Amino acid sequence: MPAIPAAQWDAAINLAEKKGVPAGIWMQCPECAETLFRKAVEANLWVCPRCQHHLRVSAKQRVEQLLDPGSFEPFDEHLAPVDRLQFVDNKPYPQRIAESQRKTGNNDGILSGFGFIKGRRVSLAVMDFSFLGGSMGSVVGERITRAIERGTAHDLPVITVACSGGARMQESGFSLMQMAKTSAALARLDEAKGLFISVLADPTTGGVTASFAMLGDVILAEPRALIGFAGPRVIQQTIRQELPEGFQTSEFLLERGFVDRIVHRRDLRSEISRVIDYAGR
Amino acid sequence: MARAGFSPLYQLDFEAPINEIEEQIEALEATPDAANFADELTKLRETRDSFLRKIYGGLTPWQTVRIARHPLRPHTADYVSLICRDFCELHGDRTFGDDAAIKTGFARIGPMKVMLIGHHKGKTVQEKIAANFGCAQPEGYRKALLKMRLAEKLKLPIVTLVDTPGAYPGIGSEQRGQAQAIAMNLMEMSRLRTPIVSVVIGEGGSGGALGIAVSDRVGMLEHAWYSVISPEGCAAILFKEANERTNTIAAQSLALTAKRNLENGLVDDVIAEPLGGAHRDHRKTAESVQNWIVDRLQELVRVNAEVLINQRFDKFRKMGAYEEVAASV
Ligand SMILES: [Zn+2]
Repeated sequence: MPAIPAAQWDAAINLAEKKGVPAGIWMQCPECAETLFRKAVEANLWVCPRCQHHLRVSAKQRVEQLLDPGSFEPFDEHLAPVDRLQFVDNKPYPQRIAESQRKTGNNDGILSGFGFIKGRRVSLAVMDFSFLGGSMGSVVGERITRAIERGTAHDLPVITVACSGGARMQESGFSLMQMAKTSAALARLDEAKGLFISVLADPTTGGVTASFAMLGDVILAEPRALIGFAGPRVIQQTIRQELPEGFQTSEFLLERGFVDRIVHRRDLRSEISRVIDYAGR
Repeated sequence: MARAGFSPLYQLDFEAPINEIEEQIEALEATPDAANFADELTKLRETRDSFLRKIYGGLTPWQTVRIARHPLRPHTADYVSLICRDFCELHGDRTFGDDAAIKTGFARIGPMKVMLIGHHKGKTVQEKIAANFGCAQPEGYRKALLKMRLAEKLKLPIVTLVDTPGAYPGIGSEQRGQAQAIAMNLMEMSRLRTPIVSVVIGEGGSGGALGIAVSDRVGMLEHAWYSVISPEGCAAILFKEANERTNTIAAQSLALTAKRNLENGLVDDVIAEPLGGAHRDHRKTAESVQNWIVDRLQELVRVNAEVLINQRFDKFRKMGAYEEVAASV
C-alpha cells in the first residue's frame, strides 16, 4: 500500500506551499497559470477565481473556513509523535517532526476540536498536508479516534477533512493500526446512530482513504481532488500502461458511486449544515 | 526428489552452506549401501542442523522477508489440505465476481467448525496469475466480508490466514473501490459478534493484510513479516532505489518481524516454525498453526459476544506510540 513517499516530502511540501499559500501580493494559479491578486484568492477561500481550481489549504485555514468565527475549541493538542521504531532515514524522523512542528506550529498534522458550523455544534478533525504530507501516524490516528469518540459521547455529528498521502511510513505498524482504530471508533459511532460526514480534499490516498475517510455516512469531495487507494505512479508501474484521463479524481469517484456529492469550497459550510439538519440534530 | 526447502528458482544466498551439506546427505542416501554410512549421515545431519540453528538464529529482517516469500513455504492452500478435515469453498461477492486472491469457505479444523478466509497466492504460473500473486481486489475483500457476516449469523468462529504482498494496485481495483472495500472490512470486522483469529503465515502487506485481520487474536509465524509497506517500497521512497543494501535497511526500520510486532503490541503471539523455516517442514508448521488456532478459539468461544467485541475494540484502541507534552509547540 502506498505510504507517504518520504523522500518526496520536501518536493511535495514545496508544491503544497506553492499550491497553498504563496508569498507576495501576486500569485500564479498552478492550474490555469493566471496571475492573481493574492488577497482576492484568499477571499475566495483559496480557490482560483478564474478556473475554480481548489488550492491546498492548511488545517488552520480549513478550520477558519469551515467553522463559525471564534467557535473553535481545540482538543488533544498535547499529543506529540515519537520515534519508537528508531527509523533509519536520510533525515532522522525526529528531525522531520521538529521541522514540521516549527513550520506548522502544531505537534502533528491534524487539528481537532469542537466548533459550530452555521450554528450547529460538531466534533471536527482536519488533516494538514504540510505536516509530512498529511500522513497518518499514531498521533493523527489517535486524535481522529478521539474526535469520533467525543462526537459519540456528546451526540454530535463528526466531521473529518481528509488531506493526506496515506499512512506514515516512519511509524510502520503503528501507523497501519490507526486504520483499524479509527474505523472501529466509527463502528461505535454508527452503533450510537451518530452522523459522520467525511470531506475529501486533494489529495486523499492510501491508508487514509482505506479507513475512516471512505466510511462517511455522507462523503463530500472537493472538485478535481485526487482520491484513491494506490497512488497513480504505483499503479502505472504495476500495470505499465497509461492511466485514463480523469482517473482517481472526485468526478471519477462520483461516477463510480464512491462519493455522494462534489462540493465547491464556498458551499462546504452550507452543504454540511444542510446534511446535519437531515439528521434531526 | 527435491530437497525440503530447496527450490532451484529461489535459492537463499544465506542458506548456501546448508544446501551444500544437504546435497552431500542426499548423495549418500542415494547410494545402494547407504546403511553402511549411518554414522556419517548422522554426523552430516547434525552439522546441517547446527548450521540451520546458527543461520536461522541470526536472520536479518530482510532475510526474514525473503523466507516469508519462499515459493515452497506453505500457503493457504497447503494449510487447507493439512489442517482442514473438510473445506467447503464458497465463491463470489454477489456483486462483481469471484476474486481468486482470497479463498473463503466452511472448514473443519480440529474439533471446530469455522469460516476460513485466506489469501491465495497459487502454485502454478496460471494459478499465480489468476490470483494476482495474492494481491486481492475489492471483490476479494467484499467476498471475505460477506462470508464473515454469514459466519456471524451461523455462530461460526472465523479463521483468517494472511499472506499478501498488498492489495492490488490497478485501474479496475480503483474503479471498484479498493479503498472503500478495505475500509468497510476494518469497520465491520471490529464489531462482528463471533470470534475471529488470524495467522500471518507469510506476508502481511499493509492494508491488504489488515483488511482480513481486525481480529481478537493475531498470531504471526516466526518468519512472517507484517508492516505498513514492503521493504522495497520503503527503500524506493527513502533511497530512490531498492537493492540488497537499501532493502536491508528498510526492513530493519519497518520493525516488520514477528518479534518486533509482538514487542510493539501489534500482534498477540509468535508461532514458532520448525528449524530452518516453515518451507522445510509443512506438516510440523501446519500442526503448530492448527494448535494455535484451536487453543485460541476454544478460549474465545466461551466469551460472551458483547465482551468479545469490547475486548477486540480495546485491543486496537490502544495501538500506537505517542507522548503527551505540556502544550502545543
Ligand atoms: Zn486557475
